[in-house]
Amino acid sequence: MISAQTVIRPDDISMSAVNVNGATLHLDHHGAVWWPDERTLIVADMHLEKGSAFAARGQLLPPYDSAATLAKLVRVVARHRPQRLIALGDSFHDTGAGQRMDEAALSALSVLSAGLQMVWITGNHDPEIPSGLPGERLTALVLGPLTFRHEPQPGVQPGEMAGHLHPAAKVVSERGKVRRKAFVSDGHRMILPAFGAYAGGLNCMVPAVAGLFGRGAFTAHVCGTTRVFAVARARLAGD
Amino acid sequence: MGLWSSWGRWLAAMSSDLLPPRFQDWFAAKGWQPRAHQLALIEKHAARRSTLLIAPTGAGKTLAGFLPTLIELADRPKRNAIRPTGIHTLYISPLKALAVDIERNLEKPIAEMGLPVRVETRTGDTPASKRDRQRRQPPDILLTTPEQVALMVSSKDAESFFDSLERVIFDELHSLTPSKRGDLLALDFARLRKLSPKLVATGLSATVRDPPELQAWLVGQGILFSSPLGEGVRQSLTDEGDPLTSGVYPHPPAAVRHLLPREKEWTNLADLVLAEKSIAAPPVIEILDTAERLPWSGHTSKHAIREIYELIGRHRLTLVFVNTRMQAEFLFQLLWGANEDGLRIALHHGSLDVGQRRKVEAAMGAGGLDAIVCTATLDLGIDWGDVDLVINVGAPKGASRLLQRVGRANHRLDEPSKAILVPSNRFEVLECRAAVDAARAGEQDAAVSRTGALDVLAQHVLGMACTAPFLADDLFAEITSAAPYAEVDRETFDAVLAFVATGGYALKSYERFAKIRQGQGGFWRAANPRIIQQYRMNVGTIVEATMLKVRFGRKGRGAMMGGRMIGEVEEYFAETMVHGDTFIFGGEVLRFEGIFEDSVLVSRAAPRTDPKVPSYAGGKFPLSTHLAARVRNMLGDPESWTALPDQVADWLRLQQDKSVLPQAGDMLVETFPRGGRFHLVAYPFEGRLAHQTLGMLLTRRLERAGMKPQGFVCNDYALSVWGLSDISLRAAREPGFIGALFDQDMLGDDLEEWLAESGLMKRTFRYCAVIAGLIERKFPGQEKRSRQVTMSTDLVYDVLRSHEPGHILLRAARADAATGLLDIGRLSDMLSRVRGRIVHKALERVSPLAVPVLLEIGREAVNGEAADALLEEAAGEMMADVMGSRT
Repeated sequence: MISAQTVIRPDDISMSAVNVNGATLHLDHHGAVWWPDERTLIVADMHLEKGSAFAARGQLLPPYDSAATLAKLVRVVARHRPQRLIALGDSFHDTGAGQRMDEAALSALSVLSAGLQMVWITGNHDPEIPSGLPGERLTALVLGPLTFRHEPQPGVQPGEMAGHLHPAAKVVSERGKVRRKAFVSDGHRMILPAFGAYAGGLNCMVPAVAGLFGRGAFTAHVCGTTRVFAVARARLAGD
Repeated sequence: MGLWSSWGRWLAAMSSDLLPPRFQDWFAAKGWQPRAHQLALIEKHAARRSTLLIAPTGAGKTLAGFLPTLIELADRPKRNAIRPTGIHTLYISPLKALAVDIERNLEKPIAEMGLPVRVETRTGDTPASKRDRQRRQPPDILLTTPEQVALMVSSKDAESFFDSLERVIFDELHSLTPSKRGDLLALDFARLRKLSPKLVATGLSATVRDPPELQAWLVGQGILFSSPLGEGVRQSLTDEGDPLTSGVYPHPPAAVRHLLPREKEWTNLADLVLAEKSIAAPPVIEILDTAERLPWSGHTSKHAIREIYELIGRHRLTLVFVNTRMQAEFLFQLLWGANEDGLRIALHHGSLDVGQRRKVEAAMGAGGLDAIVCTATLDLGIDWGDVDLVINVGAPKGASRLLQRVGRANHRLDEPSKAILVPSNRFEVLECRAAVDAARAGEQDAAVSRTGALDVLAQHVLGMACTAPFLADDLFAEITSAAPYAEVDRETFDAVLAFVATGGYALKSYERFAKIRQGQGGFWRAANPRIIQQYRMNVGTIVEATMLKVRFGRKGRGAMMGGRMIGEVEEYFAETMVHGDTFIFGGEVLRFEGIFEDSVLVSRAAPRTDPKVPSYAGGKFPLSTHLAARVRNMLGDPESWTALPDQVADWLRLQQDKSVLPQAGDMLVETFPRGGRFHLVAYPFEGRLAHQTLGMLLTRRLERAGMKPQGFVCNDYALSVWGLSDISLRAAREPGFIGALFDQDMLGDDLEEWLAESGLMKRTFRYCAVIAGLIERKFPGQEKRSRQVTMSTDLVYDVLRSHEPGHILLRAARADAATGLLDIGRLSDMLSRVRGRIVHKALERVSPLAVPVLLEIGREAVNGEAADALLEEAAGEMMADVMGSRT
């Protein structure tokens, strides 16, 4: 049957601190990166108003995705109190998202971005950020050892922090299988999981993700229910 | 003798009264005597009475169904020159193949009697040109499937298409009604009754335990009368309050109480005609008394291959039934491994490519086969050939299923059908014995009374808006005339209507995206033509587990690409595999390479590779309640063991010696240490689904009681939970401990909490979302990839559940889970049955009875705390590696 296991307590090892190109980052299990040295919080692929985008095409998905995503963002911001918030692109599902968004969501976004330095990196879904929202609009941003952009670039990219791919990791054992959003990193670059409530996940074993890392060596930092778990590539399964 | 001749005279007299001369001559020319039930149906139709005919396979059921139509059509006057005919009789069968088969069988009498009758089929395979022609020039008799009926009644010209409809025949009604497919058909049938008020229905069914259920299905329920405004108003059938609003959890809790089956009272029943029993010779059913050692667990029946093979060799044509596709694959492989005489053995199951299936069917009809290994796909009544032996491998799971399968042998009533059951493990021997006894006693499994699914209702409401504008009051009266929906209250109906229109969310932000809109005079209509097109592409309730195509992988541009397609597998099966796993499919051992888009990529495994067939915990069907009770009785009655093979009886005696065998009404619970863990094994015999739910709930309780549970496994008979604390010790200190674990109140908060994170619940929600039209199955120009659907519905479920837990679609999913995957109804019955009747035995070591369940392995998706534990384990392994030690 199932072999005896060693129970590792959450406080024994701090699994959430990782190093990317010399920067020490903390990984929040909600899917955000906290960079204490710069008091900067980073989230990727929120896909706000994805629900209403589907509704416009006849699939009336529950209209609560923006509210759910923003509520989570507010929680994460309250926990880390950042001076700077970087949204790594595809923050809005499409260019019409701003118009469809309801008052409550818009004002939540305004309030949130008013108290800090807001940076909107543009993505393929949101080449234009809804006007009226505070914050800088950039295609990329370099801060110390790190470069923030939406789409990861091929080749060796030391310090690149990107989104776009919505990585997820799957772990299979005799006890069952788990598939969760994950941060993927080899210590040189990192792909962030999608933060949005309706944003799906792509298995990080597919070439589009795994191929970004030299010799394919990387660790998936898997978002659990209470914290992040570092799982070696050898322990991951494809779909 | 005297009785028989007077019976014969009566029949002859009836024949001359009811059968026109042309038909009498035809019968005489064939040397046939019309059967009493055939005449009875003619009489019922003449009196315009809807009727249920219950007859065993081979009793001439089909001819009985069509005779009234043929008689009436023999002298139907032409309508007019432009549209000389209209559809007179609609025949609906659960299987496409059955409709095609019936067409062949009908053509004979029509030609031989020279009747002016045109018969056509319409299925998913019928080309658009032929459908168009059918619309302009309808045949007299149209043979079709439920999905096509849904499309026809929702089309723009439904009214004119069905304006001369007189009869509708439902074949194999018993197999249709207990499903969502039956729900949809019931709703479409309600529309047919409205389009053609003179419609008379005939249901054809195999023997069932509860005929009124089907009789009610065949006629409109509720009392319709006209209000001064001329609108149909329906009188309420019950005065019960809404169980959902009745406050805190009593037992069983309100949240699930409305999901539990209960007695229904019908306002209206179709007439019942029973085919005379005496014509069918009782079947001869035996259990294979294997000379080999019977396995403790597993479902392969590998041990009996040689014996099965010899049986095939001694018969003309053998059908070998198994319960799952994977068992079929495995058995097929083993039989060919033993096939020294080159017997012609074929494989038939629902995942195989259609072309391949048709080939097997044709070969079977032509007498070119010696045996076919098959699943439920061959359960229903198609006449394929001269089957003289049915072998059922594994447990039959229910007495009715067994009788149906056995009936496939010798489709003639004068000879008894012959069947042999091959149990694949020791528990299954008990189950087979119970099934044989039940079959001999002519007992059937009770059908679970079905409440119409709300996701199906949502699909239907959209369909009705596509055919013509409707008033909510009218449609409500119409749908509640369908038996499965007779008890739907107006509030629920309105919620479904709101869901169809704008998603039915409390946050009303989708008005501008509405799919149906209320216009002048309060009439609802489809918002735009695209919605209609969308509806038509998504009709139907068969969402089977999402299927992935199985293809040979080929190298292309570095990555693996999909090559030749071999068939399909369920997505959840594919998900349990990892790269390099081997499994059997299409009779070959394949190696799993990965999933690429909608395909499972495979390669041929190296010769003589042992396939790693997944351990399906029993068949797809859970053990029926009726058989479970028989098995419990057998265990409690040592005298009955003489009918069992020695190795099984010895096993039970050993159990008596080492532990105890409970009396029929008691439930045995054993606790013992094993491998550093402490096990609790319970034997409820309520089927795998109910046990799985029980296992989840017990684990939660043990967790709360500080017993540190680590996991559980179950099969159809028992379940085992294990943990790090000594349960025997705790039970010794706290005498009420075990009894409290099984208290019914676990169906309250524990169930609620568990549902919140259950993967089963998400899977169920996905099916409902697709059927209800929240997620498109297909959309013009884009086939949604199944993996994307999986992903998004899980996320949608999470969001909806936290923002609007009372949403109609969550209600639908919950109802499905309760009756289906979670089997809460049965679990609830069981918990009240064993109250105060739990026999606890604290043991030093594992008991003989516990061995089979401990040998099961589960690979279900895990969630919540268990998921974190699993991740921790994976992370822990890495840490151990880093630190240079292995756990």
